[in-house]
Amino acid sequence: MSDKTFICRCEDLTQEEIEQAIDEGYTTLEELKCKLRLGMGPCQGRSCLSLARRILCKKTGKSYPEITMPPSRPPVIPISLGTLTSDNDE
Amino acid sequence: MNELAAKADVVIVGGGVNGCALAYQLAKKDVDVVLCEKSYLCSGATGRCGAGIRQQWSTRKNTELAIKSVKIFERLAKELGHEIGLRQGGYLIVVHDENGMKQAEKNVAMQKALGLDVSILMPDEMLDVVPILDVTGMEAIGATFCPTDGHADPFKTTHAYAHAARKQGAALYKFTEVTGIKKRKNTIDCVLTNRGKIKTNTVVNAAGAWSKQIAELLQVSLPNKPFRKEILVTERVKPVFKAMVISFKDGIYFSQQDEGQILGGIPIPEEKPGYLTVPTFMFLTHMAKTLTRYAPTLKYVNVIRQWTGYYDVTPDAQPILGEVEGIRGFIQCNGFSGHGFMLCPMVTKLLTEYIVDGKTSEILESLQLSRFKGKKLEQEISVVG
Repeated sequence: MSDKTFICRCEDLTQEEIEQAIDEGYTTLEELKCKLRLGMGPCQGRSCLSLARRILCKKTGKSYPEITMPPSRPPVIPISLGTLTSDNDE
Repeated sequence: MNELAAKADVVIVGGGVNGCALAYQLAKKDVDVVLCEKSYLCSGATGRCGAGIRQQWSTRKNTELAIKSVKIFERLAKELGHEIGLRQGGYLIVVHDENGMKQAEKNVAMQKALGLDVSILMPDEMLDVVPILDVTGMEAIGATFCPTDGHADPFKTTHAYAHAARKQGAALYKFTEVTGIKKRKNTIDCVLTNRGKIKTNTVVNAAGAWSKQIAELLQVSLPNKPFRKEILVTERVKPVFKAMVISFKDGIYFSQQDEGQILGGIPIPEEKPGYLTVPTFMFLTHMAKTLTRYAPTLKYVNVIRQWTGYYDVTPDAQPILGEVEGIRGFIQCNGFSGHGFMLCPMVTKLLTEYIVDGKTSEILESLQLSRFKGKKLEQEISVVG
């Protein structure tokens, strides 16, 4: 078994990689997204963003509310392009 | 956060790819340069863009800038010491009718004269480039194709420029908002920010969709308008094509990234200018309908995210570059109209030559703000998204 702790399973990101990016100056969740693609997979950050937020608190000394969450982007769940064509209003 | 410098040779407003690239170019020439970004680096249009790099334009100026930019992109990772995610899979520009073909032939002749490898493809040849296309469904009679077009990763490219800029001695301040610019007589005197004052004689306005507000701090009026642009990305599926497919008639663009996700956008009908950031359901359905008409097999693929960004649009869809008449040291680097990422390497190089050596060029001269005063404009018509 690997001793790595995975934070973002969609994008295969470990705790170590996130901590390293924070050390390099990417100190908000938005910046970690840009740098590592954190939370940009199919789960849209549901599991990883709050974990990464806790790591950010610990590393930067900021309080939990000070680390703001990136905006949630639609759709809420993945939806096929075929389903999206099924209304005939256009 | 690093302490704000009390003075600098040049202050750049805006931490998108153009601001960061310019900071790098200037620092490399030993200019004492600082950059102020009101949010984080690539928080604006750069980090939200479609990432395309295209050389097939209708105006000679845009084509020249793009060809020279691609040459720089090709060796940029090596120069900056960081990966930029460049992939040259080509751009396939769909032609739908005889008029479109006439324009395409005209564009291709001009582009070829500038040395670009570009050709006109018949519908069956289009399938060699992108096998999942339905040429009947998309109503195509042909296409133009340039194999050296492609895309790069906007985050990696901006971060690579930023990293190299810092290494050369530039200071990049994030979460630092420019609130005022003061002049003395007709020369820039200082920049005011939410974190303090920076004395300088040169300010570069690279604030993208917010450039108009920055210019207003000096009572300069830019004709730029911000337009919300929407884009979506799908789950990762097996890579089957490398080219970016675009159509000027439908306004659609889409490509498949190396990792397999399909990314693309289309304008929604009757979009008005303004600072709107909410993604719309109308975009989602309009894009889904058009995309599955172009490539029916994509109907099985799931959309995982949609988001918005801005085009900073000028009346002729070409950027505004260079010094403003009447205010020494106030330099524009904006109005890219949706093409700032792909043009940035060459644009920032030209501006650096101007700022450091006072050297101007035909392109710089012709893209000044003053071109909007009464003269006839040369319109860029090859626009999507």
